Amino acid sequence: MTNSTSQAEIVRQSLKRRYRKERRFRAYGIAAIAVALTALVVLFADIIGKGYTGFLKTTLTLEVTFDPELMYLEDPTDPAQLRNGDYLAPLIAALKKELPEVSGRRAERALKGLISSYAASDVKDLVAADPAIMGTTQRLTFLASDDVDVFAKHRDDASYSIKLTEQQQAWALTLLERGIIENSFNDVFFSNGDSRDPGHAGVLGAIVGSLLTMAVTLLLSFPIGVSAAIYLEEFAPQNRLTDFIEVNINNLAAVPSIIFGLLGLAVFINLFGMPRSVPVVGGLVLMLMTLPTIIISSRAAIKSVPPSIREAAQGIGASKMQVVLHHVLPLAMPGMLTGSIIGMAQALGETAPLLLIGMVAFIVDVPDGFFSSATVLPVQIFLWAGSPEQGFIERASAAIMVLLAFLISMNALAIWLRKRLERRW
Amino acid sequence: MINLKTAFASLAVAGTLAAVSTPTLARDTINIVGSSTVYPFATVVAEHFGRNTDFPTPKLESTGSGGGLKLFCAGIGTQHPDITNASRRMKASEFELCQSNGVEDIVEVKIGSDGIVLASSQEAENLDVSLQQLFLALAKDVPNPDGSEELVANPYQNWNDIDASLPNKPIRVMGPPPTSGTRDAFNELALEGGCKTFDWIKAIKAEDKNAYKAICHSVREDGAFVEAGENDNLIVQKLTADASAYGIFGYSFLEENSGTLQAATVAGFEPTMDNISVGDYPLARSLWFYVKKAHVGVVPGIAEYVAEFASEGAWGDNGYLADVGLIPLDRADRMTAAESAVSLETMTGDEL
Repeated sequence: MTNSTSQAEIVRQSLKRRYRKERRFRAYGIAAIAVALTALVVLFADIIGKGYTGFLKTTLTLEVTFDPELMYLEDPTDPAQLRNGDYLAPLIAALKKELPEVSGRRAERALKGLISSYAASDVKDLVAADPAIMGTTQRLTFLASDDVDVFAKHRDDASYSIKLTEQQQAWALTLLERGIIENSFNDVFFSNGDSRDPGHAGVLGAIVGSLLTMAVTLLLSFPIGVSAAIYLEEFAPQNRLTDFIEVNINNLAAVPSIIFGLLGLAVFINLFGMPRSVPVVGGLVLMLMTLPTIIISSRAAIKSVPPSIREAAQGIGASKMQVVLHHVLPLAMPGMLTGSIIGMAQALGETAPLLLIGMVAFIVDVPDGFFSSATVLPVQIFLWAGSPEQGFIERASAAIMVLLAFLISMNALAIWLRKRLERRW
Repeated sequence: MINLKTAFASLAVAGTLAAVSTPTLARDTINIVGSSTVYPFATVVAEHFGRNTDFPTPKLESTGSGGGLKLFCAGIGTQHPDITNASRRMKASEFELCQSNGVEDIVEVKIGSDGIVLASSQEAENLDVSLQQLFLALAKDVPNPDGSEELVANPYQNWNDIDASLPNKPIRVMGPPPTSGTRDAFNELALEGGCKTFDWIKAIKAEDKNAYKAICHSVREDGAFVEAGENDNLIVQKLTADASAYGIFGYSFLEENSGTLQAATVAGFEPTMDNISVGDYPLARSLWFYVKKAHVGVVPGIAEYVAEFASEGAWGDNGYLADVGLIPLDRADRMTAAESAVSLETMTGDEL
């Protein structure tokens, strides 16, 4: 009796210390989460703070008179005249109407610096599409030049250097006040492929390229991965060979992704003679990369189906294949889908293996099929982050936001599928 | 089990079929590879070409000069690139490789120059250095400061330890890693340029070329030189944040950030377009591209692309390439280069 009292005494005495220990342990946990959250908040704040202006474009709205004399274009249906027309002149003239104080050739050349370098070819396209436009006056909206774009968005930000001359800055300010130069939602960003002019650069080409590549990856890796997992889990005999295969699959999941790129270059391009830079090859390489992830997660999902279900099905006379197809597979599906989506999300953010098969490239045209040259979103971000033009800094951040949106929605889909299809025993 | 067997068998058959039946696809897009230094210029030409003609916009990959020439020389046929860009001239060994792989007719076009600048934030004190001072500041081993002919580990910590005319500030220079073409060029032009001003080191070259190269191309590793990654924008951002450091990068990045950065004067010359163009500024190199003549007519638009590149509107003094930082050749050289480019004159191999 006395013995047990003294024991209770000892426990009571140490209780306070143990509670303190537990509180400390919890505090460590909370601190760890706080560090992770702070890192995440800083990352998001930096990307969004730098990048939200990437979703804005700077435009000039002008009353443009298509004067045949000024444009050296008497007959717009004649291809030779069409080729040699001066399409910048009507734009300069329209700007001069807004800024009547401008005169002299030097000043006119400085005016040119306000308009995007591709505005003249926009005018040419308009004339080519509709020759009847000659002689009329139209209210048209053009992209402003890169320098004006930076000036309009960041003139108070010391980390940007304003390249407009003081005279050009004064003009730009006047036009900004009058609403001729204005910022609006950057639809170009979502409807164009890459460009070296930040104003004309867009992510559509990269998004389409990513979708095509991911389609190839998903269509190949999901069926192959799931079949391999089912065979290894349900049918394969337990022997050294299957052990060997299992060890190798687990090792493959840890192989650096660039190795898969080397393999793709050697096999698909050099041996099979497939073209460089196309989504098919990209998809095949990423398929090789995601297969181990899918096989491992699918096997785990199959393993988690209780043996009682298999036994019950076999007990009422189902064949092995019926057991697998009717019972195991549907029950394991949520786990398999989650694993596949996580694997796909990983593949979506991959650039290293694509470097070797030529998908890190400057591609302007939006890809139109599995065999046309394409690039993907993370590569587009990489290319813009390395470009000298200041306008690409914010566009790279904007593209990061687009990529993050894709990744978050894929992960949300995985969670939703798991919640929706998961069954508990 | 039989089902599974047939499934595997058909999978294997399908795999082989896919392998055999993939044809070498005919291409209608020009494929360009090569130097990351030429990339910003070539992409602008490609985009103008795509906009102003009916041909599709060429595809450009940035593989580095050496990588590009290797791909280019791999053979004839649409699976190989049509054009490669280079920030140095083709080597004789590369020309040989091309010849042995059947790439016999190559058109060489020199497009202009690119300068390498040593720049800092405008708040910093600007540098005015000679090549010898640059070598003494950045090399791993330097001649003993007491004047004897032996090498010692670089003892200089502050710029004014080297020469009293330089600022009293610790030496801190950010530059690209050894994988970069800019670094190669910097080693060759700046470090070696300063290195061979010491006669006794220069004398080593005749005896032992490798030893000479090891002395002249080794950058110090004690923290004064910081490898800041391939991305020049990163160096620019670090410079604007840190007024005590200097950075090494391409001229186009200086021009784009002229409002926040200033460039050091090297060997008495500022890196301006004029100084680089006439060759006074010592840290400048020529840029080139090479065209596979056998592909002209097979892949549509190659001749037209070359003509676009070699037009005054592109590489001229007021062309759009000058706007993105290319330093044009002088007019006479440009005219000759344009003429031989447009007529697709091939190389003999003797000019290398």
